[in-house]
Amino acid sequence: MLLQQLSDARGISGCEREVREIIEAAIDGLVDEQRVDTLGNLICLRRARRPVEGRPLKVMVAAHMDEIGLIVTGVNKDGTVRFDKVGGIDDRILLSKQVLIGQAAVPGVIGYRPIHLIARKEREAAPDLSRAAIDIGATSQSAAERLVSLGDPITFRTTYEALEPGALRCVKGKALDDRAGCAVLVELLQHDYAIDLYAVFTAQEEVGLRGARVAAYGIEPDLAFVLEGTICDDLPKGDEDTSHVTEVGKGPAITFMDRSFIADRRLVDLLVETAREEGIPYQFKKAAAGGTDAGAIHLSREGVPAVTVAVPCRNIHAPVSILSLNDLENTHRLMAAALQRIQGSLS
Amino acid sequence: MDLVAHLKELTMATGLSGYEGDVRSLVQKAWDPLVDAFETDALGNLMALKRGEPAEGTPRRAIMLAAHMDEIGLMVTGYEGGFLRFTRVGGVDLRTVLGQEVTVHGRRELIGVISSRPPHVLGEQERRTAVPTDKLFIDTGLTAEEVPHLVQVGDLVSMRRETIALAEGYLSGKAMDDRAGVATLTVCLQELSRLRHGWDVYAVATTQEELGLRGAIVSAYHTAPDAAIAVDVGFGAQVGVSDDESVEMDGGPAIAMGPNIHPSIYELLVQTAKEHEIKYQVEVAAGQTGTDAWAIQVAREGVPTGLLSVPLRYMHTSVETVCLRDIQRTGRLMARAIVALDSADVSAPML
Amino acid sequence: MKDMIKTLVEAFGPSGRESVVSALLADLVRPFVDEVRSDNMGNLIAYKKGSGGGLRVMLAAHMDEIGLVVSHIDRKGFARFQTVGGVSPLTLLGNRVRFANGATGVVGWEYWLQKRELPKMEELFIDLGATSPADAPVEVGDICCFDRPMVDLGKRLVAKAMDDRIACAVAAQTLIELGDTPNDVYAVFTTQEEVGPRGAMTAAFGIDPDVAVAIDVTDTGDTPKAAFMAVELGGGPAVKIKDSGMIAHEGVKDWMIRSAEAAGIPYQREVLDAGTTDAMVIQTTRAGIPSGCLSIPCRHIHTPSEMVDHGDVLNSVRLLKAMLSEPIAI
Repeated sequence: MLLQQLSDARGISGCEREVREIIEAAIDGLVDEQRVDTLGNLICLRRARRPVEGRPLKVMVAAHMDEIGLIVTGVNKDGTVRFDKVGGIDDRILLSKQVLIGQAAVPGVIGYRPIHLIARKEREAAPDLSRAAIDIGATSQSAAERLVSLGDPITFRTTYEALEPGALRCVKGKALDDRAGCAVLVELLQHDYAIDLYAVFTAQEEVGLRGARVAAYGIEPDLAFVLEGTICDDLPKGDEDTSHVTEVGKGPAITFMDRSFIADRRLVDLLVETAREEGIPYQFKKAAAGGTDAGAIHLSREGVPAVTVAVPCRNIHAPVSILSLNDLENTHRLMAAALQRIQGSLS
Repeated sequence: MDLVAHLKELTMATGLSGYEGDVRSLVQKAWDPLVDAFETDALGNLMALKRGEPAEGTPRRAIMLAAHMDEIGLMVTGYEGGFLRFTRVGGVDLRTVLGQEVTVHGRRELIGVISSRPPHVLGEQERRTAVPTDKLFIDTGLTAEEVPHLVQVGDLVSMRRETIALAEGYLSGKAMDDRAGVATLTVCLQELSRLRHGWDVYAVATTQEELGLRGAIVSAYHTAPDAAIAVDVGFGAQVGVSDDESVEMDGGPAIAMGPNIHPSIYELLVQTAKEHEIKYQVEVAAGQTGTDAWAIQVAREGVPTGLLSVPLRYMHTSVETVCLRDIQRTGRLMARAIVALDSADVSAPML
Repeated sequence: MKDMIKTLVEAFGPSGRESVVSALLADLVRPFVDEVRSDNMGNLIAYKKGSGGGLRVMLAAHMDEIGLVVSHIDRKGFARFQTVGGVSPLTLLGNRVRFANGATGVVGWEYWLQKRELPKMEELFIDLGATSPADAPVEVGDICCFDRPMVDLGKRLVAKAMDDRIACAVAAQTLIELGDTPNDVYAVFTTQEEVGPRGAMTAAFGIDPDVAVAIDVTDTGDTPKAAFMAVELGGGPAVKIKDSGMIAHEGVKDWMIRSAEAAGIPYQREVLDAGTTDAMVIQTTRAGIPSGCLSIPCRHIHTPSEMVDHGDVLNSVRLLKAMLSEPIAI
């Protein structure tokens, strides 16, 4: 299954090759043109296959290939490995995790002080990551340096698996943000549209929407959709009556605004109308939190109308995320139907 | 026996305190060719007897070797929507379980993930504080309607962790505390099968150590040994832990001394290590050692007791890391010490 | 059964001073058992011989309650004290306490109406209405407990010492109703649970049973803002799976659940985060005794107003009878 392959693939920001190669294999025969630009974006064109008056609209649909992770910043004298975070990670989720380092996927673990040696008071505070390192079993700096190098990318050692089958059909894996978007985007290339569909698998989203920025500049799209795995905060909150941002199982989440952009109203309306008429469940992302490639794309050149549609992911930016295959499929259904409705120009 | 495969199998099995059955079967299978008889008691301790051959005119005497087979973990306390609430079984540092995969042992084994909230919506203050227990949940991906059919209050939850080999003969996984000790007993029994010893050996895989040495209390009473050695894990040197809190990794067993330890057993272990050139280190425990040795020492009329610790990093997390060479050294030292018992005197009182 | 409960909970019996309760219980159960005796720790052991082929079963319900022990009587006749068991200063202020000789006092605080924070134990004293040590009705070393009559709210009963006299009542009623059983039943009314558990330790050693079940109260999670717990008042007896002192023996737990389900008795599964029972020490007696605990849900534990549900109490008796009347497979 493509999502499984994509989730298990390793690719922090700036090191997206493994993911890109999986996608290249998956889109074989589905696109008319494809190229990889200097940042590593995979830019594919599937030309309009349905009749259209005049020039078909150039519609960019983007999903980012990169994932959050860690990077090697040094090796200690005792052979343990220092690291920094790539992308927005909560320090508290790093303890006691297995990781894989570099091309050779050297296994390591992030250990911490044993609870027995930690004062009760200290246990109430977040862990101090300056007292943690990655243990690869090396017993000296030189031994460690034979196995890992400065700048080696580090990913979580997590395997994609289906959870107990239930109504939500949940799966777990790493990097569902945004391999979920990548998987949907590949699927979208199976349909025929009256638009020139630029499917862009972007690089470096997690460190500042950097791939999308240059890709959009190059493509000069008329409008853009961004496919994401997005924030979901639907844990029980007790008496607290606050936003869940999104909820797993409630359908694709449409962004009206986040920290990077305000969605184009016409595109939001198109999605909502499509969902209603096609009977596809949908939800709004109920918080202006996080940012997506749309933030970079909508400011490209003279500006591009853009919107983001996302699959809710629990435990986002953590070693193991969870999503519902229902949401994934409904995101695909919604996007396919919406793209098929686009004819000529945007009213 | 392949020690890596043995330890991998032991650590990846589930055996939370009070529910050690699966691990016990594995241990029994591994020890079966090495011992003469097995017995399991009411608390689930596995007691394996390997008979010695005492010299003419010497009484039968027995030494108890103890390593605990239980592991720490979690237990379901209820539901909230489709999410599970839980409590700890033993001393889990809940700060290390965020984003952790677990196995929920419900009517079926379910994969679960301990939820973490999206960092995007957390305030700075929140990220600096440990997540309070009442905000921790296990997510099985099931709905509020589905969960009660599969999960009940009191169901066990274990860490879902593959044991992996690191570089240089290091192995990392959950439950190394104290399956590393159990594997040490396996090594010891293998060594003994090639040696002649007069003392009977009770190799005991104890239960419920993490809940207060409870298996050792009753198994020491039952076997009523003349001497005992417990094997547990000790704090190995690691980032964030000072030298005086830890022992050296790959430095061999830490032989304990202090009020929990009978001086003649300590001497026996040190002399044996020297004689057979087995790398060892010494660890001083000023009082409660927190190990089975503490319970065994006061069984019945008192038992001369020693303690060996296999150095281990990141104790009570799911990435506990040991060096295989330390396990081999510890097992070998125990076997040689048992042989040396024949010419030792452990009947003297404490100092 | 309410009369029996009232008599038992109102009786005086802090840890180490259980003789009044012991005498009451001995009289209650004597006609229904083969032997009643006490051991050196003051445990009352009621033995009912089985018809054969069964197991030796030990039941343990503790007779003692929490209390205070006088440590000093000052020049004006006020008594200073230390606690016997888990007493909180929160529940003491203004409360009445009673001694074995009937003397009654009121707990006062040095800083009453002066300070707003919680009282510390050493700032509290017992006002006996005396004016000097000479006319104080008690001496150093005397132990007292809360002084409260039971209140019958209909469905619910409120009293001091529901922990654990309600279990004593349940055990006694079980003996009264049990009838024929293949099992040798040792119902032990234990001492000094609140400071140990201690009585159960020696009783279990002496009896050396095949299996043991403690009967005790457990917390509930059904009051406003209570710490999360799945047990509620009125939901039936709770089958203990884990508390902070032990994991119930799997076989005993299963036996309890099997019996409840077969007899159609409502029950709850209990995981208790703070607190333990006699079963903790019975389990590690000698070479180990399979032990579990039948818990009676109780609110406001260790206050003078512990509340239980009458239905839970009756169902606890039913469950014990169901468990004991058949051959036991563990």
